[in-house]
Amino acid sequence: MPTQTFVLNGKSITVDVHDDVRVLWVLRDLLGVTGPKYGCGINVCKACTSHINGKAFNPCSVRVGDLSSDDEVTTIEGLPDTVGRDLHPMQQAWLDRDVAQCGYCQPGQIMAAVALVRKTRREGRSITEADLDGIRNICRCGTYTRIREAIKQGEQHM
Amino acid sequence: MTVDARARTDQPDGPATDLEEDAHRISVRRRSFLGYVLGGATLVAAADLGLVDAAAAAPTAPQPAELYDLNDMLTDSCRPTANLITVTVHDDGTASFALPRMEVGQGITTSSAMLIAEELELPVSKVKVTLAPARPELQFNQLTGGSNTTISTYTPIRVAAAVAKGALMDAAAIVLGDTVANLHARNGVVHAPDGSSVTYAELASKAASPTTRAVGVQLKDTSEFRVIGVGQGRVDALDAVTGRKEFTTDKQVKGALPTMVCRAPTLNGTPKRLTNKAEIARMPGVRDLAKVDTGIAVRADTFGQCIDAIRAMKVEWNDGPVAGESDEDIVHELKAAELALPAPPDNPLAETLEADFLFYFRSNSAMDTNSAIADVRADRATIWAGLKSPITAQQRIAEALGMTQDQVTVNVVTAGGSFGRRLFFDGALEAAKISQAMGKPVKLMWHRADDARVGRGHPMSTNRVRITHAGDEVLAFQQTHTSVETDYRHGLGEIISAMAADLPAGYGNLGYAETIFSLTQEVPYDFGVVSQTLTETDDRFNTGSMRNIYSPDVRCASELVVDQLAKKLKKDPYEFRRSHLRNDRVAAVLDKVAKVGDWGRSMPAGTAQGIAIHKEYKGASACLVEIDCRPATVDRDVPDATTGPRVTRVVFAIDAGLVINPRGMEAQMQGGINDGIALALTSSLHLRDGHFLEASWDNYFYTRQWNTPPEVKVILMPSDSGQPGGAGEAGVAASFAAVACAFARATGELPTYFPINHRDPLRFRPKPVVPPIPQSPTNGLKKTY
Repeated sequence: MPTQTFVLNGKSITVDVHDDVRVLWVLRDLLGVTGPKYGCGINVCKACTSHINGKAFNPCSVRVGDLSSDDEVTTIEGLPDTVGRDLHPMQQAWLDRDVAQCGYCQPGQIMAAVALVRKTRREGRSITEADLDGIRNICRCGTYTRIREAIKQGEQHM
Repeated sequence: MTVDARARTDQPDGPATDLEEDAHRISVRRRSFLGYVLGGATLVAAADLGLVDAAAAAPTAPQPAELYDLNDMLTDSCRPTANLITVTVHDDGTASFALPRMEVGQGITTSSAMLIAEELELPVSKVKVTLAPARPELQFNQLTGGSNTTISTYTPIRVAAAVAKGALMDAAAIVLGDTVANLHARNGVVHAPDGSSVTYAELASKAASPTTRAVGVQLKDTSEFRVIGVGQGRVDALDAVTGRKEFTTDKQVKGALPTMVCRAPTLNGTPKRLTNKAEIARMPGVRDLAKVDTGIAVRADTFGQCIDAIRAMKVEWNDGPVAGESDEDIVHELKAAELALPAPPDNPLAETLEADFLFYFRSNSAMDTNSAIADVRADRATIWAGLKSPITAQQRIAEALGMTQDQVTVNVVTAGGSFGRRLFFDGALEAAKISQAMGKPVKLMWHRADDARVGRGHPMSTNRVRITHAGDEVLAFQQTHTSVETDYRHGLGEIISAMAADLPAGYGNLGYAETIFSLTQEVPYDFGVVSQTLTETDDRFNTGSMRNIYSPDVRCASELVVDQLAKKLKKDPYEFRRSHLRNDRVAAVLDKVAKVGDWGRSMPAGTAQGIAIHKEYKGASACLVEIDCRPATVDRDVPDATTGPRVTRVVFAIDAGLVINPRGMEAQMQGGINDGIALALTSSLHLRDGHFLEASWDNYFYTRQWNTPPEVKVILMPSDSGQPGGAGEAGVAASFAAVACAFARATGELPTYFPINHRDPLRFRPKPVVPPIPQSPTNGLKKTY
């Protein structure tokens, strides 16, 4: 069985699994990191959104063998550590706006929101309504209104 | 047991007990109840809502929803067992409560914690609400549906908390050397006038009673509320945003490895045999294979390896019951089953206005697919799943496994949404059968493609409306609803009523359907002779209640026809509704949205406002929307997306009676608005050649960020009602109807089927049915941002 090594939430980890198993299953089924959720397995619903080297990605559509030993994977569990606080400002905004209903998609929504703020910052601008319209993460409870409010608040404090 | 006469004053609008003669009590009219301090080493308190009350019997014949509605029936069915629900106070000063309902996002753990905090004088943070496992002794009192949780538990939970507080106060009086009347409790501390105090933590053991004793309690008057009615963040919010909130597939149960099922290429087809079993068994990670009635199950080290195995399986199948059939066949069948509308009133001046509508199949499509963990041994079974009727699940699973009910433990796990789906237990039953067949624990998860295609949904239906009027006066409103069967075989949450719903030839289920239709449908306008009927056909589909059952379709049809009549009479749609409404609460919400939404404001061609009302769940709602149907908007380009008309603004007002948690109520309305938009514009299932085509979130099109209104305002109306109303489903019907009305006004054409894009060319290439599930992509690193 091949050995896979990558950095997960700040720590280098090694796991024995075949190359073609998608990262989502390595995280959830083998490592017990369950913040990233399964919603479709085909990179459509975005419930598993996490970060790779600081950018949003969907581990359901990446083979674990395609990760390098220095690739840094961050899940919702590791997000607060990236700012050295108990909660990332985007998580705090989510609490302040009481966004979650069932909560299933929310880790992915928050990871997507953080990446979106970083992306617009790289582009030297702030988030627009069009950016919010373009978010693909599904919320079947329909929390979109509060997600939009929370992203605007989180952006202010990032 | 002596039953205090005051224990019978449990009618929702029953007489209050006048306590003004009691100098030690606040001189307001308060209602008195009976409860129990249960015997034991810990303080445990329960309510008694009248074991002998005649109101416990549901009516034998349907009555108009206005007099006795579905929520009355559900609430009355819970009264006899209210005393089995207990609040416990612990030595650390916290209280706990195992809620016999299912939290699926609607916020009932938060609102229940608030009810306990209010009566017990504890901070909400010190009240822990968990979900109770299946408790057969609760009978009808463990069903989560009909937006009934708070309506039915509002009083019993408060009574139990008040009993607990009474016991704490009695104990405090001894410790502090004063009388109860001189003490007051706040934030878990009891204070005496001399400045001394004692905490609940110190009192909990002292307040416990060696024997069970009945006590009378008075509940707080609404004017004394400090917690109820004050917006509160969800008690599970921190867990949700940190990824710690645990759903079924997140649970670690020893040996319960990932398990999935290979399903038939036609809906509800059954497996004959797996022809390449040896090859599949050798695949990486694969541990076990088993044939069950729904397909071929595979258990592996990871779900990814289950997917690989399913895609490699070669299976011979028996066709399902709708093999070869498509949407048009079912539409034809519904049309043939429609009852003729009765003759309109005989009036020489009368004119009629008629319209026919069609509503396609829809999926309740929770984010968290059907999933369950099952550990079935020779002599016992343990199940973990999100279940809204856990007692029925326990009984049906025991039956399927050949066990007695007490050999099956059913644990209720928080679920990622339901929208009606988890009234059934398809995943739990399937997991139990697989675990038994494999002889191993399993963690079953449905693939999204299966969840969309084979999971339960809202049945296709037609709705015909005829209005008879003489000038401005409406003489008759007649409506017939014809639908593929809505499955109610979960009963009222336990097996006796479930069996009644499962009588042969569909008659049992039809009885439920007719009762539920009658107890939910209402026309709140002065429209002369009103008749609404339901006809159900066809039990071959996987259906069930879906967020608001019949009402969204029925209301949408009604409100569209009301608009048509107003147009024919050259009346303004708002003014016409206003002049015919016969309910003050509905009139008030309608006025509110018209005013706040600036009804009638000038708008560009191709855009329009729409307005609609609804009355259900002990509340009244109204919705005003603005829609943009101009080509530049309709044809806007979002990759792999269904775009179409955009709802640009929504103003929604609800009188939901006494609101426990305004923040939660607002959230439920925001969600209901997005459901209404989806039902009107984008979300449906296409039946084609014996199978539904949709197999992905980019196929089955629930509202997305590019469809959601940029501007949403929800107004919670002050209410004269002292009773809570429903929240979870209350936002859908008026929203759906308002979007439909706005679309008709913007385009000048009356839509006759929903969603309005159902007959457009498909926006997606259907995924194959063999293999039944798609492979996960591998290009994720090229799509980072």
